[in-house]
Amino acid sequence: MKTAQGIPLDYYLWLSAALFTIGVLGVLFRRNAIVIFMCIELMLNAVNLLLVAFSNYYSDASGQVFVFFIMAVAAAEVAVGLAILMLMYRNTKTTDINILNRLKW
Amino acid sequence: MTFTNNLFYFLSFVAVLSALMVVLSKNPVHSVLYLIITFFAIAGHYVLLNAQFLAAVHVIVYAGAIMVLFLYVIMLLNLNHESETHKSTLMKLAATISAGLLLVVLIGSIRGSEQMMIQPQQVEVGSVKDMGRVLFKEFLLPFEISSVLLLVAMIGAVMLGKNEEEGKNAS
Repeated sequence: MKTAQGIPLDYYLWLSAALFTIGVLGVLFRRNAIVIFMCIELMLNAVNLLLVAFSNYYSDASGQVFVFFIMAVAAAEVAVGLAILMLMYRNTKTTDINILNRLKW
Repeated sequence: MTFTNNLFYFLSFVAVLSALMVVLSKNPVHSVLYLIITFFAIAGHYVLLNAQFLAAVHVIVYAGAIMVLFLYVIMLLNLNHESETHKSTLMKLAATISAGLLLVVLIGSIRGSEQMMIQPQQVEVGSVKDMGRVLFKEFLLPFEISSVLLLVAMIGAVMLGKNEEEGKNAS
């Protein structure tokens, strides 16, 4: 139950669970859309860390390639998401997600 | 071994603490800066897990590109003041309890799964050489498709960011 560096795999499981939970907490806790975006990035990173840990544990490079693709998708997601946020700010002059609950301007 | 263990504890502590500060800090700019610290701690974890290529890519993509994008948008929207509206105390309490319950569920599902795992033989993966071999042999098609995805995202971002009034005048 140890990775190549002698650290138990369980520790990485717990660390990833903690980081993912903090990301979920941020999405539920805040009203600023930009901070919610950052918390989504945090959740993606928790999953990435777990994938790398398992890839190291099983000595399989496929997991790390998967992380590579997740990074590409995250970059695309952030670019489009922030563009949408800019558009939203231009129309409502705020980044408060409670303004968006009507789904119209 | 003791040194790597201590390094793991230190990096985990920094990652979790700054992740909490991302959520709790009032100013969005401070949130971004704490998120950069979290990303560097996670990059340290990657180095610890012998994934040097991913550590470098992680620092370049996240700390270099994505965080600059976030800071740029915050600067453009002029959000660096603390007059942001917050949820009510009841909603915050409910959010904390829900997140805590999720943590309980995750830990409950992780515990007791140890006997399902087998210890395989250890070979080195994660160097640029190994990653390149796997990426360009087994995952060549997904790699090419991801480039199309990035192109589409770029065009989409430009289209969304374009001023609508100008478009109306042109057509």
